Amino acid sequence: MKILVCVKQVPDTNEVKIDPVKGTLIREGVPSILNPDDANALEAALSVKDKEPDTIVAVLTMGPPQATEMLRECLAMGADEAYLLSDRAFGGADTCATSTTLAAGIRRVKDVDLVFAGRQAIDGDTAQVGPQTAERLGMPVVTYVQDMEMNGSVIKVQRQLEDGYEIIEVQPPCLLTMVKELNEPRYMTVKGIVDAYKKEITVWNHEDVELDPENCGLKASPTQVFRSFTPPPKGKGVMLEGTAAEMSKALVEALREKHVL
Amino acid sequence: MSELNSLFCTEEHEMLRKLARSFAEKELTTEVLDKVEETGVFPQEILDKMAKCGFFGIKIPQELGGAGSDCRGYVAVMSEITRVSGVASLYISSPNSLAGGPLLLSGTEQQKEKYLKPIVTGEKVLCFALTEPGAGSDAGSVATMAVEDGDYYILNGRKTFITMAPLSDYAVVYAKTDRSKGSRGITAFIVDMKQEGVSCGKPEHKMGLIGCATSDIILENVRVHKDNMLGELNRGFTNAMKTLDTGRLGVAAQAIGMAQGALDEAVRYAKERKQFGKPICKNQAISFMLADMATQLDAAKLLVYRTAYMMDQKLRASKEASMAKYFATEACNEICAKALQIHGGYGYIKEYKIERMYRDCRVFTIYEGTSQVQQMVISGQLLK
Amino acid sequence: MGIIVDKEKCIGCRKCMKSCPFESIVMEDKYPVIGSSCTNCGQCVENCKFGALSKSEEGSAEVDLGLYHGVWVFAEQREGKIMPVVIELLGEGRKLADALNTELAAVLCGSQIGGLAEELFAGGADKVYLADAPELENYTTDAYSKVIEEAVNTYKPEIVLYGATHIGRDLGPVLAVKANTGLTADCTKLEIGEDRSLMMTRPAFGGNLMATIRCPKHRPQMSTVRPGVMKKAESIPGRKGEIIDLAPVFAEGDIRTKVLEVVKAVGETVSLTDADIIVAGGKGTGGPEGFKLLQKLADKLGGTLAGSRAAVDEGWIEKARQVGQTGTTVKPKLYIACGISGAIQHLAGMQDSGQIVAINTNEAAPIFEVADYGIVGNLFQVIPAILEALEA
Repeated sequence: MKILVCVKQVPDTNEVKIDPVKGTLIREGVPSILNPDDANALEAALSVKDKEPDTIVAVLTMGPPQATEMLRECLAMGADEAYLLSDRAFGGADTCATSTTLAAGIRRVKDVDLVFAGRQAIDGDTAQVGPQTAERLGMPVVTYVQDMEMNGSVIKVQRQLEDGYEIIEVQPPCLLTMVKELNEPRYMTVKGIVDAYKKEITVWNHEDVELDPENCGLKASPTQVFRSFTPPPKGKGVMLEGTAAEMSKALVEALREKHVL
Repeated sequence: MSELNSLFCTEEHEMLRKLARSFAEKELTTEVLDKVEETGVFPQEILDKMAKCGFFGIKIPQELGGAGSDCRGYVAVMSEITRVSGVASLYISSPNSLAGGPLLLSGTEQQKEKYLKPIVTGEKVLCFALTEPGAGSDAGSVATMAVEDGDYYILNGRKTFITMAPLSDYAVVYAKTDRSKGSRGITAFIVDMKQEGVSCGKPEHKMGLIGCATSDIILENVRVHKDNMLGELNRGFTNAMKTLDTGRLGVAAQAIGMAQGALDEAVRYAKERKQFGKPICKNQAISFMLADMATQLDAAKLLVYRTAYMMDQKLRASKEASMAKYFATEACNEICAKALQIHGGYGYIKEYKIERMYRDCRVFTIYEGTSQVQQMVISGQLLK
Repeated sequence: MGIIVDKEKCIGCRKCMKSCPFESIVMEDKYPVIGSSCTNCGQCVENCKFGALSKSEEGSAEVDLGLYHGVWVFAEQREGKIMPVVIELLGEGRKLADALNTELAAVLCGSQIGGLAEELFAGGADKVYLADAPELENYTTDAYSKVIEEAVNTYKPEIVLYGATHIGRDLGPVLAVKANTGLTADCTKLEIGEDRSLMMTRPAFGGNLMATIRCPKHRPQMSTVRPGVMKKAESIPGRKGEIIDLAPVFAEGDIRTKVLEVVKAVGETVSLTDADIIVAGGKGTGGPEGFKLLQKLADKLGGTLAGSRAAVDEGWIEKARQVGQTGTTVKPKLYIACGISGAIQHLAGMQDSGQIVAINTNEAAPIFEVADYGIVGNLFQVIPAILEALEA
C-alpha cells in the first residue's frame, strides 16, 4: 500500500507580531515549520506503516526550494519518499489552482492508494485544498478525521463535528484530511535525521507533472487578492462606567461587535 | 542557521538541534522538572521517549544500534537539552559517553552486542566507575584490586561519586591488576550490579542535578569472568582517559547549553522587570552585564564546536577538549551567577528557573576532570 | 507572476522583502524577485514607497457573467433543524441581493425536510430550492455536492454562501471545483463592489492580516462565512415564497462514503495554550466559591478556566492552570481577568491576548493598563450581570 501525505511549509503564525507603531507585520525571526495538521496526517500514515511495514509513505509539497528542509524533516520522522513541486509557474495559486498542481503531482507519483492531508494550513486557514484535490483526483473525501481504523480495504473514520462526530465508512482510493485530535505526531529520530540526508528529494516542475503553465498558479486562480491590510491596531483600553448591569451590557456588545464572542 | 554554528555545522546538525529543542520544550516542562526536583526521581516515561528519539546512541554507529551521527550532532543535542534541564542531559551523556565510550573503544564484538546495544535502546543502564575516595583527579592511584583466580578475577574495593550507580544494571569498574605498575597496572571490567558482593552506598545529597542518583559502589569479593575483562590486561587507564576526552566534550556542551538557558532567562527578565519606571535592561549596568555574558558564551561555543569538529575529522583534540571544557564550564558558572544577579531577589527563589541553573552548573567545573586538571592537560601539552 | 517590478523606480531598499508575509521575495542584483510562494496578497505593493511594485492586469472573464443572477444560501440542516448560521446568511444575503437588485434563495437538502422551507421564507428567502431524498438524510460530500452542482448549472446563481461549519467547509471546496469557480473561506465581511462583484474579506495569516478577495472572472462567486459574525435575519412569520423541487436522482456508486452513525459529544477541556477564551481568577476571587462563578462564565463562553500565581498558591485552582511567567504563556482571542491585580509576572504570560477584559475592585490595579475593557467593580456582582447580558 502506498500512502501519500500532502504537507506544507508554513510560517509559524503564532510567532508573528504586528509592529505597534507602523502596523506592519514583523516577519523577521519567524520560523518556518511543518504545518501542524499536516504533521498529524503524516503521523497517521506512519502509524499505518508501523502496523504494516510494507506500506510506503510518500510526502508531497508544493513550494519554493526551501521547502526541502521540511521534506527532510518528514523523512526524518519516517517517510520513505519525498516530492517537491517547485516552479515559478505555480506561484500565486489560490486553493483551486493549488489543488490542480497537487493532483497532477499525485498522479505522477503513481499507484497511490490513500492520500492524507492536514485539515488546513495555519497561514491561510481555508481547509479547501484537501477536498479540492480529492475532487480533481476523482476520489471520495472525508474531512476533519479525528479517529481512523483500517480493516483490510475498509476504512472507518470519525469525522469531527462541532457537537460530536459521525462514523463514516469509506474505501481506498480516497483522501482524508486530519485534525490534531487524531494523534500525537512523533518526533524525528537522530537516526532518521542522519538517514534523511542520504535520501534524494524528487523535484518536479510543471513539465514533469504535465501541466500547462496556463493551468497553474495565478493564471488558473479564480480568486484574487484585491487588497490586504493589517487589522487596525488596538486602541487604548476603555474603562466602562455605570452600574454592573450597564457595564456588562456594554462589554458584551463591544465584544460581539469585534466578533470575539 | 546562526552564523556561528554555520562555521562548523551542517544542516544535519541543525536539524538535530531542532529535534532536541522541540523535545525539551515539549517534554521537559516546568511541571515535570519541578516534580523531579521534589522527588529526586526522573520519569521513566521521558527516558523511554529519549531512547525512541535515539538520544542514547547519537554518535554510536548504526551497526551497533546507534544513530550514526557525530560529535557535533552530540553537542547540538546535549546543549539544547541542558538549556532546559541539566539533569535530563546526564541521562543522555551517560550512554553516549562514559557508559558507551569504554565499550566502543575496547569492547569485543560479543561485549558490544551484549552490553552496548541494550544501553542504546535504553533497556539497560551502565555506569562508569573510576573515582575512589582516594583517587579523584589522580585517577592513576585507584586502590580497588582485581586478583586473578582461574578463569575469574576477584574484585575488592570502593568506588565513589558514581553517577547513576543505584540505577545501573552494569558498571565498568577500573581496578588494579598489577600493584607495582601504577596507572599502567589498571584493567577495566564489566561488572553486573546484581551480582553477589556488589552493593551501592546510599545516594548522595547533592547540591544540584537532582533526579539522577549518585552513590558509592562497594565491591566485596566480586567474581568477574575473564570474558568480562574490557580491553587488554593493564590497559584500562588508557581506556579511561580516552573515554574522558570525549566526556569532556559532553560537559562542555552541557555548559554552553545551560549558559544559553541562563542568558535567555536573564534577557527576558531584564526586559520585563521594571524599576524606577523603566525596564531594568535600560540601565547600562544591566545591559553591559548581558553583553559580557553573550560574548563569553559565544567564545565558549566556538571552542566547543571547534573541538567537536576536530574530533569528527579524526584529529587529535585532547588539548582542545580540555580548553573547551575548562573555558565553557567556567564561563557557564559566571553567566549563571550574573543571570541570577540580574533577577535580584527573585533569582534566589526556587520558583524561578535561574535558581536551579545556578546550582546545577556548579558541578560542571568539577566532574570529569576539574578545571585545574584541564589546566594541567593544557599546560602539559604546551610545555612538552 | 502577479506582482510586477518596475526597475526604473526600484531603489533596492528591501522593504518589500521584509514586508512579505510568505518570505517570497529575494533580492537579486539589488532588485526584488517574486518567488513561487507568492499569494499575490499585495503587502509588498502597499509597503513600497516608490511605486515600483504593482499587480498585473486581470484578463477577460472566463464565462458570460451576465448569465448569473441571484444570491443563494446553503440552508444547512442537521437532524431536521436549520443551523443558526443559515439565518445569519439569510440576513447577509438579503443585503447583498438588495444591493444587486436580485433575488435571495436558499438551497435545502435532506430527507423529509420540506417543512423547513417556511422558516427560510420567514428569514427572507424568496425561493427555496428543495432537494428531498432518503439519500440526503445525513450529509455526505458526494450526495450534497452532486445535487447542488446540478442546481447551480441549471439556475446559475451569482453568489453562493455557506456557513463555515464542518459541513460547509467540506461542501464548498468540492462544489467550487465542480462548478469551476473560486471559493473564499471564513469570510467576516461581504460587500458588493462597484462592478457588481462580491468583495470578500477574511482574516489570514493567523489573524495577523486581513485580505479582501474577489472572484472576477468566474461565477458563481462562492464564500463560506464564519458563524456568529453576520447579523441574523429578522423572522417575518408567514412570509411566503416559491418552492422549486430539484427532484434529485441518485445512481449506484454516486455516494462513495457511508455514514454509519452520528454521535453527540460534549466538548472536551482544552489546554490553556489552545484555548480561544480564558477566564482567569486571582486573589480577588476570594476562594473556591469565586472560582465556581468563574467556571460558570467560562462554561457559558465555551472558555477555559485559569488562575494567577496567587490563586494557585492559595490552592483554589491547580498549578497546571497557572498563567504567567512561572506558569503558562497564553494568547487567546479573549482573556477575562477577574480579581487579578496584574503583577508583572502575570502580565508577562497574557499581555499578547487578543482582547483583554479586566474586572477588579481597585481602579489603580496594573491589570487595567493592559486591558481593552476595564470594569471597576466586585466580580460577584459583575459576573452575574455579564452572564445575564450574554443571555440577551
